[in-house]
Amino acid sequence: MASVTMIVNGKEVTANVDPRTLLAQFLREHLHLTGTHVGCDTSQCGACVVHVDGRSIKSCTTLAVACDGASVTTIEGIGTPDNLHPMQAAFRENHGLQCGFCTPGMIMSAIDIVNRKGHKLDEHTIREELEGNICRCTGYHNIVKAVAAGAEAMAGK
Amino acid sequence: MSSTTGIGASVLRKEDIRFITGKGQYTDDVNRQGQAHAYFLRSPHAHATIKKLDVSAAKKAAGVLDVLTGDDLAHDKIGGLICGWMIHNKDGSPMKAGAHPALAQGKVRYVGDHVAVIIAETYAQAKDAAELVVVDYGVLPAVVDMNTASKGPAIHDVAPDNVVYDWHLGDKAATEAAFKNAKHITKIDLVNNRLIPNAMEPRAAVGDYDAGTEVFTLYTTSQNPHVARLVLSAFVGIAPEHKLRVIAPDVGGGFGSKIFIYAEETVCVWASKRVGRPVKWTADRTEAFLSDAHGRDHITHAELATDEKGKILGFRVKTKANLGAYLSTFSSCVPTYLYAPLLSGQYDIPAIYVEVEGIYTTTAPVDAYRGAGRPEATFVVERIMEKTARELGQDPAAFRRKNFVKSFPHQTPVIMCYDTGNYSASLDLALEMADYKNFGKRKKESAKNGKLRGIGFSAYIEACGIAPSAAVGSLGAGVGLWESAEVRVNPVGTVEVLTGSHSHGQGHETTFAQLVSDRLGIDINSVSIVHGDTDKVQFGMGTYGSRSGSVGMSAISKALDKVIAKGKKVASYALEASEKDIEFKDGRFSVAGTDKSLAFGEVALQAYIAHKFTGAELEPGLKEGAFYDPTNFTFPSGVHICEVEIDPDTGVTTIAKWTAVDDFGNVINPMIVEGQVHGGIAQGVGQALFEGAHYDKDGQLVTASYMDYTMPRADNLPSFQIGMTNTPCTTNPLGLKGCGEAGAIASPPAVINAITDAIGHENIAMPATPLAVWTAIQSSASKLAAE
Repeated sequence: MASVTMIVNGKEVTANVDPRTLLAQFLREHLHLTGTHVGCDTSQCGACVVHVDGRSIKSCTTLAVACDGASVTTIEGIGTPDNLHPMQAAFRENHGLQCGFCTPGMIMSAIDIVNRKGHKLDEHTIREELEGNICRCTGYHNIVKAVAAGAEAMAGK
Repeated sequence: MSSTTGIGASVLRKEDIRFITGKGQYTDDVNRQGQAHAYFLRSPHAHATIKKLDVSAAKKAAGVLDVLTGDDLAHDKIGGLICGWMIHNKDGSPMKAGAHPALAQGKVRYVGDHVAVIIAETYAQAKDAAELVVVDYGVLPAVVDMNTASKGPAIHDVAPDNVVYDWHLGDKAATEAAFKNAKHITKIDLVNNRLIPNAMEPRAAVGDYDAGTEVFTLYTTSQNPHVARLVLSAFVGIAPEHKLRVIAPDVGGGFGSKIFIYAEETVCVWASKRVGRPVKWTADRTEAFLSDAHGRDHITHAELATDEKGKILGFRVKTKANLGAYLSTFSSCVPTYLYAPLLSGQYDIPAIYVEVEGIYTTTAPVDAYRGAGRPEATFVVERIMEKTARELGQDPAAFRRKNFVKSFPHQTPVIMCYDTGNYSASLDLALEMADYKNFGKRKKESAKNGKLRGIGFSAYIEACGIAPSAAVGSLGAGVGLWESAEVRVNPVGTVEVLTGSHSHGQGHETTFAQLVSDRLGIDINSVSIVHGDTDKVQFGMGTYGSRSGSVGMSAISKALDKVIAKGKKVASYALEASEKDIEFKDGRFSVAGTDKSLAFGEVALQAYIAHKFTGAELEPGLKEGAFYDPTNFTFPSGVHICEVEIDPDTGVTTIAKWTAVDDFGNVINPMIVEGQVHGGIAQGVGQALFEGAHYDKDGQLVTASYMDYTMPRADNLPSFQIGMTNTPCTTNPLGLKGCGEAGAIASPPAVINAITDAIGHENIAMPATPLAVWTAIQSSASKLAAE
């Protein structure tokens, strides 16, 4: 077993884990933060995207021990039902989700896109930047609208 | 009720709050006290006998609770998985259904078939222990190609030539006569490529046996938990229905693949009693590729006969359909009754004859995938319509219009009776939105830039609802396909609706609440929709075939009628008036011609306190249920137009413009309906340009991860232009037709018609990858050079 300590959504956590434990497993099974989903286990679908030290990563192919000392933000850490993050609100307002399974990863990726590319995002940029997130329900049409609207809303926050 | 939340309003979804904040509750999020984990040892061979299976070392491995095999299933008298739709051969004999045990009994029949399950304290321990299971396989030749499958070896003893059925529909003699009188005959050979559904949530199950009550609970990723319970109880024999609870919580997409009763879910619930612990399994993505039921996979030859003016005289179709290694739950009906009756399309065709051979291969079972039979039919109809128009030198839109069904009801030669529609209206709107008249200019513009531009049409029809029950029963269905609903009004006037439909992305918690809010005149937030739990909802047939609106909501509508009728009785006592004088409007019961009235919630309270009437006069309470069985299928239709631009140097196809005009009848929530269309188009474009399951000659699935199977991504697709026309369905109370599958049904032929238009070459297979398109361009170029 290996000891790992990290800050998750602002709170410090320490645990002894099997060294092969993935960050996604650690979040879901040890911390019961089940908003982070595993859709493919090969870094392709992006349902597992979380932020580590402010950068988006795919938690299904990251070892928990590799995040020792890091600060991790998950979908549960960015907003609550009563106080939604602007990107969360934008996904709802633009019908950017259907089954909801890819949604946490989409939102975490979208915030990262805004952090890197700014608040004025054209459709081409959004589509290119979402290459690492697969959605099977929406055909991306409304996700693209949601990301553009969320990016603008984040500027006002 | 206010138009902002009633029928026809784009109400934002109630369910979204939990999904956008990470508080959804999917099956893999369910954890039971003392839960153990299952790992399935799967066959690495496509076809083999199991000469020896030794699990003794694995049983002793660290953390392992048990290792179970097909022998254990047999010992416990657990039955095999079933196919619930009987198809009869041309000669009237029944189809040949081989046994389908949940864990292999003596033989494996596809790569991924289930050999044993290892149950351990942790998933990692179970997976590690699987390495210790010794299997001695007697490898047999794989059967992968449908065209040579009859040469064997036999996959099931009951089907020595690997033919499941040899079925037909239509009038052969009339069709042959039509072809004799034809001026022109168009012929086409088509492959409808095999797809893997890929809902983003992998299948999962948690089985939990309570020894105290002898009740099994199965949490599972199902589109139809009651059907799962029925099959697991009546056929598999896990437990009688009152001792088996199936819960399908939030489900992350289905697209058909979560209709079926699979081996893993069956084993988890059975094993939970065996090991005395809850047992959990969640598929990894490669397991999903290997063992989820696949879709499509047809080889078809079709011929269309026309007269001198281009009127269709007859249509004949011959199809081979791959059904995989076992008959999955509804597999047999997909290439038969969900396919052939749609071959009349939107057209007035006097004679049709269809022959379908269902074939066993050593590949994963093939069953319903978004559209299920109807995309395959539409692909045949709309490809041959386009090709015929080209051969006759007619405009593809005008040729379609000439042959449209124009009066209703219309009886086709292949079972269906279309109740209503206006196909020209959808075509007109689509032509306008697509700016068809200026297509020539755009094509010239593309040519200047060295690009090939093409336009493709698809005028589709589908049949939704998949009922009346008596009709589908006569065609071989093992179940009725009605829906049930129960409306429970609480004493304070809030409402719970229990529905047999299941939402896995469709937004029922919102649209169903809109109907209730609209009818009862109460706030939409006073309504909650309950689904997905066999202990709460009495019965239901679930969600597939775009049936939740036309069938599921019709059941709710019927129950609401009864609630209002009972409310009038209660109000008549409370308002001291005659029942016939009570009116219900905008959420108030009032006495006609007076100012005496009570709000809906006040009447609900009166129903429960029961102070104003005696038990002899009226039962207290306000709760009503209904079962709704449709009197016909519904027939959504529409026209999609795809415009592509192709780079002839690379073969890369870019979708320049997509126009979709659909007639879904009345619409409850346009925002949600448009979302369904967007998603369906993306899956159809996926089929046309990117996706394809490929087995090699040894039966190994080569496309078993997202690195090998191309899913459509955001940068592969355009934004879509959506338009709607409306001829309300005449056979259900809400006028709904269904919208869930239309996009996936309409889009593949639109894409391929556009590509073939651009390159001037009919012979291109799906997926039309850059290599395939480039190769086709080269062959046309060499043909041109030779001429």
